[in-house]
Amino acid sequence: MENSTKIEIRDLNVFAGKTQILRNVNIDIPKNKITVILGPSGCGKTTLLKCLNRLTDLYPELKVTGQIVIDDHNILAAREDIYKLRQQMGLLSQRPYPLPMTIYNNISYALKLRGIKNRREIHKLVMHYLQQANLWDEIRTRLREPASRLSIGQQQRLCLARGLAVNPEIILADEPTSALDPISSQFIEETFVRLKNDYTIVLVTHVLRQAKRIADNVVFMYLGDVIEQGSVQEVFENPKMEKTKLYLGGTFN
Amino acid sequence: MYLLNREQRHAVNYTWMIVSLLMVAFLPFLLFFGLYLKSVLILHDYSLTDLIFSRIWKPSSGKFGFYPFIVGSVWVTLVAMLITAPVCLLTSIYVTQYTKKFFLRIMHPAIDILAGIPSVVYGLWGILVIVPFISRYLGPWMGVKTMGYSILAASFVLSIMIIPFILNILIEVFRSIPMELKEATLSLGATEWQTIKHVLIKKALPGIIAAFGFGLARAFGETMAVLMVVGNVVRLPKSLFDPGYTLPALIANNYGEMLSIPKYDSALMFAALLLLAVSLFFNLVMHFFIVRFNKY
Repeated sequence: MENSTKIEIRDLNVFAGKTQILRNVNIDIPKNKITVILGPSGCGKTTLLKCLNRLTDLYPELKVTGQIVIDDHNILAAREDIYKLRQQMGLLSQRPYPLPMTIYNNISYALKLRGIKNRREIHKLVMHYLQQANLWDEIRTRLREPASRLSIGQQQRLCLARGLAVNPEIILADEPTSALDPISSQFIEETFVRLKNDYTIVLVTHVLRQAKRIADNVVFMYLGDVIEQGSVQEVFENPKMEKTKLYLGGTFN
Repeated sequence: MYLLNREQRHAVNYTWMIVSLLMVAFLPFLLFFGLYLKSVLILHDYSLTDLIFSRIWKPSSGKFGFYPFIVGSVWVTLVAMLITAPVCLLTSIYVTQYTKKFFLRIMHPAIDILAGIPSVVYGLWGILVIVPFISRYLGPWMGVKTMGYSILAASFVLSIMIIPFILNILIEVFRSIPMELKEATLSLGATEWQTIKHVLIKKALPGIIAAFGFGLARAFGETMAVLMVVGNVVRLPKSLFDPGYTLPALIANNYGEMLSIPKYDSALMFAALLLLAVSLFFNLVMHFFIVRFNKY
Protein backbone atom coordinates (compact mmCIF):
# COMPACT_ATOMS: atom_id res chain seq x y z
CA MET A 1 0.00 0.00 0.00
CA GLU A 2 2.96 2.29 0.61
CA ASN A 3 3.30 3.75 -2.82
CA SER A 4 0.10 2.77 -4.56
CA THR A 5 -1.17 5.18 -7.17
CA LYS A 6 -4.58 6.76 -6.64
CA ILE A 7 -4.92 8.76 -9.83
CA GLU A 8 -3.26 7.98 -13.13
CA ILE A 9 -3.38 10.70 -15.74
CA ARG A 10 -2.51 9.45 -19.21
CA ASP A 11 -2.02 11.53 -22.36
CA LEU A 12 -4.37 14.23 -21.17
CA ASN A 13 -4.93 16.99 -23.71
CA VAL A 14 -7.24 19.94 -23.29
CA PHE A 15 -8.09 22.31 -26.10
CA ALA A 16 -9.99 25.57 -25.94
CA GLY A 17 -10.81 26.29 -29.54
CA LYS A 18 -7.43 26.36 -31.30
CA THR A 19 -5.26 26.91 -28.25
CA GLN A 20 -4.04 23.93 -26.34
CA ILE A 21 -4.18 24.34 -22.57
CA LEU A 22 -2.72 20.99 -21.56
CA ARG A 23 -0.27 19.01 -23.70
CA ASN A 24 0.20 15.24 -23.25
CA VAL A 25 0.05 15.34 -19.50
CA ASN A 26 1.08 12.13 -17.71
CA ILE A 27 1.05 12.20 -13.93
CA ASP A 28 0.81 9.54 -11.23
CA ILE A 29 -0.72 10.80 -8.04
CA PRO A 30 0.09 8.54 -5.07
CA LYS A 31 -2.42 7.61 -2.41
CA ASN A 32 -2.35 9.32 1.00
CA LYS A 33 0.29 11.81 -0.06
CA ILE A 34 0.24 15.50 -0.78
CA THR A 35 0.99 16.06 -4.44
CA VAL A 36 1.75 19.67 -5.25
CA ILE A 37 1.28 20.96 -8.76
CA LEU A 38 3.62 23.88 -9.15
CA GLY A 39 4.02 26.42 -11.87
CA PRO A 40 3.58 30.02 -12.94
CA SER A 41 0.12 31.45 -13.64
CA GLY A 42 -1.55 30.34 -16.83
CA CYS A 43 0.27 27.03 -17.09
CA GLY A 44 -2.92 24.94 -16.91
CA LYS A 45 -2.82 23.95 -13.25
CA THR A 46 -6.42 24.92 -12.59
CA THR A 47 -7.64 23.29 -15.78
CA LEU A 48 -5.90 20.08 -14.77
CA LEU A 49 -7.70 20.17 -11.44
CA LYS A 50 -11.04 20.80 -13.11
CA CYS A 51 -10.50 17.78 -15.35
CA LEU A 52 -10.19 15.61 -12.26
CA ASN A 53 -13.75 16.25 -11.10
CA ARG A 54 -15.11 16.97 -14.55
CA LEU A 55 -16.01 20.57 -13.88
CA THR A 56 -14.69 20.94 -17.42
CA ASP A 57 -18.15 19.73 -18.46
CA LEU A 58 -19.44 23.18 -17.53
CA TYR A 59 -17.41 24.80 -20.27
CA PRO A 60 -18.62 23.53 -23.63
CA GLU A 61 -15.73 25.27 -25.38
CA LEU A 62 -13.22 22.89 -23.75
CA LYS A 63 -12.33 19.65 -25.47
CA VAL A 64 -10.71 16.99 -23.29
CA THR A 65 -8.95 13.87 -24.60
CA GLY A 66 -6.94 11.17 -22.87
CA GLN A 67 -7.54 9.14 -19.76
CA ILE A 68 -7.78 9.80 -16.05
CA VAL A 69 -7.95 6.51 -14.18
CA ILE A 70 -9.14 6.43 -10.58
CA ASP A 71 -9.67 2.99 -9.01
CA ASP A 72 -9.69 1.30 -12.44
CA HIS A 73 -12.29 3.67 -13.85
CA ASN A 74 -11.57 6.06 -16.64
CA ILE A 75 -13.50 9.02 -15.27
CA LEU A 76 -13.44 10.87 -18.56
CA ALA A 77 -15.64 8.17 -20.10
CA ALA A 78 -19.03 9.58 -20.90
CA ARG A 79 -20.92 6.90 -19.03
CA GLU A 80 -19.42 7.68 -15.68
CA ASP A 81 -21.84 8.94 -12.98
CA ILE A 82 -20.40 12.41 -12.54
CA TYR A 83 -22.37 13.14 -9.35
CA LYS A 84 -20.87 10.11 -7.60
CA LEU A 85 -17.50 10.96 -9.08
CA ARG A 86 -17.59 14.52 -7.76
CA GLN A 87 -18.50 13.24 -4.32
CA GLN A 88 -15.27 11.27 -4.32
CA MET A 89 -13.46 14.59 -4.29
CA GLY A 90 -13.65 17.63 -2.08
CA LEU A 91 -12.85 20.87 -3.85
CA LEU A 92 -11.24 23.91 -2.30
CA SER A 93 -11.01 26.89 -4.62
CA GLN A 94 -8.85 30.01 -4.61
CA ARG A 95 -11.37 32.09 -2.79
CA PRO A 96 -13.98 30.62 -0.47
CA TYR A 97 -17.48 30.40 -1.87
CA PRO A 98 -19.78 29.55 1.03
CA LEU A 99 -23.28 28.55 0.01
CA PRO A 100 -25.93 31.23 0.69
CA MET A 101 -27.07 29.52 3.88
CA THR A 102 -26.19 29.34 7.55
CA ILE A 103 -22.86 27.93 8.68
CA TYR A 104 -24.60 24.79 9.87
CA ASN A 105 -26.51 24.31 6.62
CA ASN A 106 -23.36 24.69 4.54
CA ILE A 107 -22.22 21.39 6.00
CA SER A 108 -25.61 19.73 6.35
CA TYR A 109 -26.38 20.44 2.69
CA ALA A 110 -23.36 18.39 1.66
CA LEU A 111 -24.43 15.63 4.06
CA LYS A 112 -27.94 15.58 2.61
CA LEU A 113 -26.51 15.28 -0.90
CA ARG A 114 -24.69 12.24 0.42
CA GLY A 115 -28.05 10.79 1.37
CA ILE A 116 -27.91 11.21 5.15
CA LYS A 117 -31.34 12.13 6.47
CA ASN A 118 -31.25 11.33 10.18
CA ARG A 119 -31.12 14.66 12.01
CA ARG A 120 -29.13 13.42 14.96
CA GLU A 121 -26.54 11.90 12.68
CA ILE A 122 -26.34 15.10 10.67
CA HIS A 123 -25.82 17.02 13.87
CA LYS A 124 -22.97 14.79 14.93
CA LEU A 125 -21.30 14.88 11.53
CA VAL A 126 -21.52 18.67 11.20
CA MET A 127 -19.58 18.93 14.42
CA HIS A 128 -17.13 16.25 13.33
CA TYR A 129 -16.25 17.91 10.03
CA LEU A 130 -15.98 21.38 11.52
CA GLN A 131 -13.52 19.94 14.02
CA GLN A 132 -11.57 18.27 11.25
CA ALA A 133 -11.26 21.59 9.47
CA ASN A 134 -10.01 23.24 12.64
CA LEU A 135 -13.01 25.56 12.84
CA TRP A 136 -15.36 24.18 15.49
CA ASP A 137 -13.94 25.96 18.52
CA GLU A 138 -14.20 29.37 16.89
CA ILE A 139 -17.77 29.12 15.64
CA ARG A 140 -19.58 26.65 17.89
CA THR A 141 -21.89 29.39 19.15
CA ARG A 142 -22.50 30.91 15.73
CA LEU A 143 -23.79 27.91 13.78
CA ARG A 144 -27.06 29.58 12.81
CA GLU A 145 -25.46 32.69 11.41
CA PRO A 146 -25.09 33.23 7.66
CA ALA A 147 -21.81 31.77 6.48
CA SER A 148 -20.95 35.03 4.74
CA ARG A 149 -20.39 36.70 8.12
CA LEU A 150 -17.28 34.63 8.78
CA SER A 151 -13.84 36.01 8.00
CA ILE A 152 -12.25 34.90 4.73
CA GLY A 153 -9.93 32.51 6.53
CA GLN A 154 -12.82 30.97 8.45
CA GLN A 155 -14.88 30.74 5.26
CA GLN A 156 -12.08 28.84 3.58
CA ARG A 157 -11.96 26.34 6.44
CA LEU A 158 -15.75 26.09 6.27
CA CYS A 159 -15.42 25.24 2.58
CA LEU A 160 -12.85 22.60 3.49
CA ALA A 161 -15.24 21.13 6.06
CA ARG A 162 -17.99 21.18 3.44
CA GLY A 163 -15.72 19.41 0.99
CA LEU A 164 -14.89 16.75 3.58
CA ALA A 165 -18.57 16.30 4.40
CA VAL A 166 -19.28 14.54 1.11
CA ASN A 167 -16.90 11.85 2.38
CA PRO A 168 -14.36 12.09 -0.43
CA GLU A 169 -11.20 10.08 -0.95
CA ILE A 170 -9.41 12.89 -2.68
CA ILE A 171 -9.05 16.58 -1.83
CA LEU A 172 -8.48 18.98 -4.70
CA ALA A 173 -7.19 22.37 -3.65
CA ASP A 174 -6.66 25.22 -6.09
CA GLU A 175 -4.32 27.76 -4.50
CA PRO A 176 -6.44 27.56 -1.36
CA THR A 177 -4.34 29.99 0.62
CA SER A 178 -3.76 32.70 -1.99
CA ALA A 179 -6.47 34.97 -0.54
CA LEU A 180 -5.68 34.25 3.09
CA ASP A 181 -3.55 35.85 5.78
CA PRO A 182 -0.49 33.92 7.02
CA ILE A 183 -2.20 32.57 10.13
CA SER A 184 -5.17 31.21 8.21
CA SER A 185 -2.82 29.79 5.58
CA GLN A 186 -0.92 28.00 8.28
CA PHE A 187 -4.18 26.60 9.64
CA ILE A 188 -5.04 25.19 6.23
CA GLU A 189 -1.56 23.76 5.70
CA GLU A 190 -1.59 22.07 9.10
CA THR A 191 -4.99 20.65 8.37
CA PHE A 192 -3.75 19.22 5.08
CA VAL A 193 -0.79 17.54 6.71
CA ARG A 194 -3.09 16.02 9.31
CA LEU A 195 -5.60 14.90 6.69
CA LYS A 196 -3.20 13.13 4.37
CA ASN A 197 -3.40 9.91 6.37
CA ASP A 198 -6.99 9.56 5.28
CA TYR A 199 -7.09 11.40 1.98
CA THR A 200 -5.15 11.81 -1.22
CA ILE A 201 -4.45 15.51 -1.61
CA VAL A 202 -3.77 17.38 -4.84
CA LEU A 203 -2.68 20.93 -4.16
CA VAL A 204 -2.17 23.54 -6.83
CA THR A 205 0.03 26.43 -5.81
CA HIS A 206 2.59 28.88 -7.03
CA VAL A 207 4.03 29.46 -3.57
CA LEU A 208 7.37 27.65 -3.56
CA ARG A 209 7.75 27.70 0.18
CA GLN A 210 4.32 26.20 0.70
CA ALA A 211 5.26 23.37 -1.64
CA LYS A 212 8.51 22.83 0.22
CA ARG A 213 6.74 22.80 3.58
CA ILE A 214 4.01 20.28 2.95
CA ALA A 215 4.54 18.45 -0.35
CA ASP A 216 5.46 14.80 -0.68
CA ASN A 217 5.47 14.88 -4.45
CA VAL A 218 5.92 17.80 -6.78
CA VAL A 219 4.80 18.22 -10.37
CA PHE A 220 6.26 21.23 -12.15
CA MET A 221 4.23 22.55 -15.07
CA TYR A 222 4.92 25.23 -17.60
CA LEU A 223 2.63 26.41 -20.41
CA GLY A 224 0.58 23.23 -20.49
CA ASP A 225 3.51 20.83 -20.31
CA VAL A 226 4.63 18.75 -17.37
CA ILE A 227 8.32 19.63 -17.14
CA GLU A 228 9.34 17.53 -14.20
CA GLN A 229 7.83 15.39 -11.49
CA GLY A 230 9.10 13.46 -8.53
CA SER A 231 9.46 13.52 -4.78
CA VAL A 232 9.95 16.87 -3.13
CA GLN A 233 13.64 16.18 -2.43
CA GLU A 234 14.35 15.22 -6.03
CA VAL A 235 12.67 18.22 -7.56
CA PHE A 236 13.77 20.87 -5.11
CA GLU A 237 17.30 19.76 -4.34
CA ASN A 238 18.27 18.13 -7.56
CA PRO A 239 16.16 19.42 -10.43
CA LYS A 240 17.03 17.84 -13.75
CA MET A 241 15.44 20.26 -16.14
CA GLU A 242 16.73 23.72 -16.92
CA LYS A 243 13.29 25.35 -16.60
CA THR A 244 12.72 23.86 -13.17
CA LYS A 245 16.07 25.17 -11.97
CA LEU A 246 15.27 28.63 -13.22
CA TYR A 247 11.81 28.64 -11.62
CA LEU A 248 13.10 27.38 -8.28
CA GLY A 249 15.90 29.91 -8.40
CA GLY A 250 13.38 32.69 -8.90
CA THR A 251 14.93 33.90 -12.15
CA PHE A 252 12.08 32.82 -14.37
CA ASN A 253 10.37 35.12 -16.75
CA MET B 1 -4.12 80.04 -16.76
CA TYR B 2 -7.19 79.25 -14.68
CA LEU B 3 -9.54 81.82 -13.24
CA LEU B 4 -9.58 80.05 -9.90
CA ASN B 5 -6.88 78.24 -8.01
CA ARG B 6 -7.10 74.54 -7.21
CA GLU B 7 -8.85 74.87 -3.89
CA GLN B 8 -11.43 77.25 -5.26
CA ARG B 9 -12.12 74.98 -8.19
CA HIS B 10 -12.51 72.11 -5.81
CA ALA B 11 -14.95 74.11 -3.71
CA VAL B 12 -17.04 75.03 -6.77
CA ASN B 13 -17.21 71.44 -8.01
CA TYR B 14 -18.01 70.21 -4.56
CA THR B 15 -20.86 72.66 -4.15
CA TRP B 16 -22.31 71.67 -7.48
CA MET B 17 -22.28 68.03 -6.54
CA ILE B 18 -24.10 68.74 -3.29
CA VAL B 19 -26.68 70.89 -5.05
CA SER B 20 -27.35 68.19 -7.67
CA LEU B 21 -27.63 65.56 -4.99
CA LEU B 22 -30.11 67.61 -3.00
CA MET B 23 -32.16 68.31 -6.12
CA VAL B 24 -32.44 64.61 -6.90
CA ALA B 25 -33.09 63.66 -3.30
CA PHE B 26 -35.85 66.22 -2.79
CA LEU B 27 -37.65 65.78 -6.09
CA PRO B 28 -39.98 63.02 -4.84
CA PHE B 29 -40.85 65.05 -1.77
CA LEU B 30 -41.59 68.10 -3.87
CA LEU B 31 -43.83 66.02 -6.12
CA PHE B 32 -45.63 64.61 -3.14
CA PHE B 33 -46.04 68.00 -1.58
CA GLY B 34 -47.28 69.60 -4.80
CA LEU B 35 -49.89 66.91 -5.35
CA TYR B 36 -50.96 67.15 -1.74
CA LEU B 37 -51.44 70.91 -2.02
CA LYS B 38 -53.58 70.42 -5.12
CA SER B 39 -55.75 67.72 -3.55
CA VAL B 40 -56.17 69.48 -0.23
CA LEU B 41 -59.53 70.83 -1.41
CA ILE B 42 -61.10 67.42 -1.75
CA LEU B 43 -59.37 66.02 1.32
CA HIS B 44 -60.93 68.85 3.26
CA ASP B 45 -64.48 67.95 2.28
CA TYR B 46 -64.30 64.16 2.39
CA SER B 47 -62.62 61.78 4.78
CA LEU B 48 -59.72 59.73 3.43
CA THR B 49 -61.46 56.38 4.02
CA ASP B 50 -64.55 57.73 2.25
CA LEU B 51 -62.54 58.61 -0.82
CA ILE B 52 -60.67 55.34 -0.90
CA PHE B 53 -63.49 52.93 -0.06
CA SER B 54 -66.55 54.58 -1.54
CA ARG B 55 -67.73 52.89 -4.75
CA ILE B 56 -69.74 55.62 -6.38
CA TRP B 57 -68.09 57.89 -8.88
CA LYS B 58 -70.40 60.73 -9.94
CA PRO B 59 -68.40 63.93 -10.05
CA SER B 60 -71.37 65.96 -11.31
CA SER B 61 -73.29 65.21 -8.13
CA GLY B 62 -70.21 65.50 -5.94
CA LYS B 63 -69.59 61.79 -5.38
CA PHE B 64 -65.95 60.78 -5.58
CA GLY B 65 -65.36 57.13 -4.79
CA PHE B 66 -61.96 55.81 -5.88
CA TYR B 67 -62.49 52.20 -4.87
CA PRO B 68 -63.30 50.85 -8.37
CA PHE B 69 -60.17 52.48 -9.79
CA ILE B 70 -57.95 51.14 -7.04
CA VAL B 71 -59.38 47.65 -7.39
CA GLY B 72 -59.04 47.83 -11.18
CA SER B 73 -55.42 48.94 -10.97
CA VAL B 74 -54.50 46.28 -8.44
CA TRP B 75 -56.18 43.48 -10.42
CA VAL B 76 -54.59 44.46 -13.70
CA THR B 77 -51.16 44.72 -12.10
CA LEU B 78 -51.30 41.51 -10.10
CA VAL B 79 -52.60 39.35 -12.94
CA ALA B 80 -49.97 40.80 -15.26
CA MET B 81 -47.26 39.95 -12.72
CA LEU B 82 -48.68 36.48 -12.23
CA ILE B 83 -48.31 35.83 -15.95
CA THR B 84 -44.93 37.48 -16.37
CA ALA B 85 -43.00 36.53 -13.23
CA PRO B 86 -42.65 32.78 -13.81
CA VAL B 87 -41.96 33.26 -17.52
CA CYS B 88 -39.18 35.76 -16.84
CA LEU B 89 -37.65 33.72 -14.04
CA LEU B 90 -37.51 30.52 -16.07
CA THR B 91 -36.26 32.34 -19.16
CA SER B 92 -33.46 34.06 -17.28
CA ILE B 93 -32.37 30.81 -15.64
CA TYR B 94 -32.39 28.99 -18.95
CA VAL B 95 -30.52 31.68 -20.80
CA THR B 96 -27.83 32.13 -18.15
CA GLN B 97 -27.35 28.53 -17.02
CA TYR B 98 -28.11 26.24 -19.93
CA THR B 99 -27.39 28.00 -23.21
CA LYS B 100 -24.12 29.01 -24.80
CA LYS B 101 -22.92 32.56 -24.48
CA PHE B 102 -23.70 33.59 -28.03
CA PHE B 103 -27.39 32.96 -27.35
CA LEU B 104 -27.35 35.73 -24.76
CA ARG B 105 -25.77 38.02 -27.31
CA ILE B 106 -28.77 37.46 -29.57
CA MET B 107 -31.28 37.72 -26.74
CA HIS B 108 -30.11 41.10 -25.47
CA PRO B 109 -30.94 43.16 -28.57
CA ALA B 110 -34.23 41.28 -28.93
CA ILE B 111 -35.21 42.22 -25.40
CA ASP B 112 -34.12 45.82 -25.91
CA ILE B 113 -36.29 46.08 -29.01
CA LEU B 114 -39.24 44.87 -26.96
CA ALA B 115 -38.49 47.60 -24.42
CA GLY B 116 -38.33 50.27 -27.09
CA ILE B 117 -41.79 49.73 -28.57
CA PRO B 118 -44.05 52.70 -27.69
CA SER B 119 -46.86 51.79 -25.34
CA VAL B 120 -49.51 53.02 -27.76
CA VAL B 121 -48.36 50.34 -30.19
CA TYR B 122 -48.82 47.73 -27.50
CA GLY B 123 -52.30 49.17 -26.92
CA LEU B 124 -53.12 48.91 -30.59
CA TRP B 125 -51.90 45.33 -30.65
CA GLY B 126 -54.16 44.70 -27.66
CA ILE B 127 -57.19 46.11 -29.46
CA LEU B 128 -56.51 44.25 -32.71
CA VAL B 129 -55.36 40.90 -31.31
CA ILE B 130 -55.97 40.37 -27.61
CA VAL B 131 -59.44 41.89 -27.33
CA PRO B 132 -60.94 39.89 -30.23
CA PHE B 133 -59.16 36.78 -29.02
CA ILE B 134 -60.80 37.11 -25.61
CA SER B 135 -64.26 37.99 -26.88
CA ARG B 136 -64.34 35.37 -29.65
CA TYR B 137 -62.34 32.46 -28.29
CA LEU B 138 -61.24 32.59 -24.68
CA GLY B 139 -64.53 33.96 -23.29
CA PRO B 140 -66.86 31.51 -25.07
CA TRP B 141 -64.46 28.66 -24.32
CA MET B 142 -64.66 29.48 -20.62
CA GLY B 143 -68.43 29.99 -20.91
CA VAL B 144 -68.30 33.72 -20.24
CA LYS B 145 -69.94 36.44 -22.27
CA THR B 146 -67.45 39.26 -22.68
CA MET B 147 -66.84 42.07 -25.10
CA GLY B 148 -63.11 41.56 -24.83
CA TYR B 149 -62.25 44.92 -23.32
CA SER B 150 -61.46 43.66 -19.86
CA ILE B 151 -59.10 43.39 -16.91
CA LEU B 152 -57.68 40.26 -18.52
CA ALA B 153 -56.93 42.01 -21.82
CA ALA B 154 -55.11 44.78 -19.98
CA SER B 155 -53.17 42.22 -17.93
CA PHE B 156 -52.12 40.35 -21.08
CA VAL B 157 -50.87 43.48 -22.76
CA LEU B 158 -49.14 44.65 -19.60
CA SER B 159 -47.49 41.30 -18.99
CA ILE B 160 -45.83 41.49 -22.41
CA MET B 161 -44.83 45.12 -21.88
CA ILE B 162 -42.99 44.55 -18.63
CA ILE B 163 -41.11 41.44 -19.78
CA PRO B 164 -38.05 43.32 -21.07
CA PHE B 165 -37.62 45.32 -17.87
CA ILE B 166 -37.86 42.34 -15.56
CA LEU B 167 -35.94 39.99 -17.83
CA ASN B 168 -32.99 42.33 -18.31
CA ILE B 169 -32.54 42.76 -14.57
CA LEU B 170 -32.95 39.04 -13.90
CA ILE B 171 -30.37 38.10 -16.51
CA GLU B 172 -27.89 40.53 -14.97
CA VAL B 173 -28.67 39.16 -11.51
CA PHE B 174 -27.97 35.58 -12.53
CA ARG B 175 -24.91 36.53 -14.53
CA SER B 176 -23.40 38.32 -11.57
CA ILE B 177 -23.36 35.13 -9.52
CA PRO B 178 -19.79 33.87 -9.67
CA MET B 179 -19.21 30.70 -11.67
CA GLU B 180 -17.17 29.38 -8.75
CA LEU B 181 -20.26 29.21 -6.53
CA LYS B 182 -21.84 26.94 -9.09
CA GLU B 183 -18.66 24.89 -9.32
CA ALA B 184 -18.50 24.62 -5.54
CA THR B 185 -22.05 23.31 -5.36
CA LEU B 186 -21.60 20.91 -8.26
CA SER B 187 -18.39 19.61 -6.71
CA LEU B 188 -20.44 18.46 -3.74
CA GLY B 189 -22.28 16.14 -6.10
CA ALA B 190 -25.36 18.28 -6.57
CA THR B 191 -27.18 18.06 -9.88
CA GLU B 192 -27.56 21.10 -12.09
CA TRP B 193 -31.16 21.56 -10.99
CA GLN B 194 -30.36 21.15 -7.29
CA THR B 195 -27.69 23.79 -7.72
CA ILE B 196 -30.15 26.19 -9.29
CA LYS B 197 -32.94 25.50 -6.81
CA HIS B 198 -31.01 25.49 -3.54
CA VAL B 199 -28.11 27.80 -4.20
CA LEU B 200 -28.39 30.06 -7.22
CA ILE B 201 -31.98 31.18 -6.65
CA LYS B 202 -31.25 31.75 -2.99
CA LYS B 203 -28.20 33.81 -3.83
CA ALA B 204 -30.20 35.76 -6.40
CA LEU B 205 -33.27 36.28 -4.24
CA PRO B 206 -32.73 39.97 -3.39
CA GLY B 207 -32.16 40.69 -7.07
CA ILE B 208 -35.19 38.66 -8.10
CA ILE B 209 -37.39 40.60 -5.69
CA ALA B 210 -35.96 43.89 -6.92
CA ALA B 211 -36.69 42.90 -10.52
CA PHE B 212 -40.26 41.93 -9.72
CA GLY B 213 -40.79 45.08 -7.66
CA PHE B 214 -39.53 47.19 -10.53
CA GLY B 215 -41.88 45.42 -12.94
CA LEU B 216 -44.76 45.83 -10.53
CA ALA B 217 -44.19 49.57 -10.23
CA ARG B 218 -44.01 49.92 -14.01
CA ALA B 219 -47.17 47.90 -14.52
CA PHE B 220 -49.04 49.87 -11.91
CA GLY B 221 -48.19 53.18 -13.52
CA GLU B 222 -48.63 52.13 -17.15
CA THR B 223 -51.31 54.32 -18.69
CA MET B 224 -51.75 54.31 -22.43
CA ALA B 225 -51.81 50.64 -23.35
CA VAL B 226 -54.04 49.81 -20.40
CA LEU B 227 -56.58 52.53 -21.03
CA MET B 228 -56.91 51.37 -24.64
CA VAL B 229 -57.99 47.84 -23.73
CA VAL B 230 -59.31 47.86 -20.17
CA GLY B 231 -62.78 49.11 -21.11
CA ASN B 232 -62.88 52.24 -18.94
CA VAL B 233 -66.10 51.39 -17.13
CA VAL B 234 -66.44 52.65 -13.58
CA ARG B 235 -67.63 49.50 -11.91
CA LEU B 236 -66.22 46.94 -9.56
CA PRO B 237 -65.04 44.11 -11.80
CA LYS B 238 -66.57 40.80 -10.73
CA SER B 239 -64.34 38.65 -12.88
CA LEU B 240 -61.27 39.04 -15.06
CA PHE B 241 -63.55 39.19 -18.10
CA ASP B 242 -65.30 42.32 -16.84
CA PRO B 243 -64.18 45.73 -17.98
CA GLY B 244 -62.61 48.02 -15.42
CA TYR B 245 -60.84 51.30 -14.96
CA THR B 246 -57.42 52.13 -13.58
CA LEU B 247 -56.07 55.15 -11.73
CA PRO B 248 -53.65 56.28 -14.45
CA ALA B 249 -56.38 55.86 -17.08
CA LEU B 250 -58.73 57.97 -14.98
CA ILE B 251 -56.27 60.83 -14.88
CA ALA B 252 -55.28 60.59 -18.53
CA ASN B 253 -58.86 60.34 -19.80
CA ASN B 254 -60.30 63.20 -17.82
CA TYR B 255 -57.71 65.77 -16.96
CA GLY B 256 -58.30 68.91 -18.95
CA GLU B 257 -61.96 68.14 -19.58
CA MET B 258 -65.00 68.90 -17.49
CA LEU B 259 -62.85 70.86 -15.09
CA SER B 260 -65.80 73.17 -14.55
CA ILE B 261 -67.26 70.58 -12.23
CA PRO B 262 -66.39 71.64 -8.71
CA LYS B 263 -63.53 69.73 -7.04
CA TYR B 264 -63.06 67.54 -10.10
CA ASP B 265 -59.60 68.92 -10.67
CA SER B 266 -58.73 68.29 -7.06
CA ALA B 267 -60.10 64.74 -7.22
CA LEU B 268 -57.85 63.89 -10.15
CA MET B 269 -54.89 65.29 -8.25
CA PHE B 270 -55.84 63.02 -5.40
CA ALA B 271 -55.81 60.10 -7.83
CA ALA B 272 -52.26 61.03 -8.79
CA LEU B 273 -51.34 61.24 -5.13
CA LEU B 274 -52.79 57.78 -4.57
CA LEU B 275 -50.81 56.44 -7.49
CA LEU B 276 -47.62 57.87 -6.09
CA ALA B 277 -48.38 56.57 -2.61
CA VAL B 278 -49.05 53.04 -3.83
CA SER B 279 -45.86 53.04 -5.92
CA LEU B 280 -43.96 54.20 -2.86
CA PHE B 281 -45.57 51.47 -0.83
CA PHE B 282 -44.47 48.83 -3.37
CA ASN B 283 -40.98 50.24 -3.17
CA LEU B 284 -40.87 50.08 0.60
CA VAL B 285 -42.12 46.50 0.69
CA MET B 286 -39.57 45.56 -1.94
CA HIS B 287 -36.73 47.13 0.03
CA PHE B 288 -37.86 45.39 3.15
CA PHE B 289 -37.59 42.03 1.40
CA ILE B 290 -34.29 42.87 -0.25
CA VAL B 291 -32.74 43.70 3.11
CA ARG B 292 -34.35 40.66 4.63
CA PHE B 293 -32.87 38.25 2.09
CA ASN B 294 -29.59 39.98 1.54
CA LYS B 295 -27.85 38.52 4.55
CA TYR B 296 -26.25 35.61 2.71
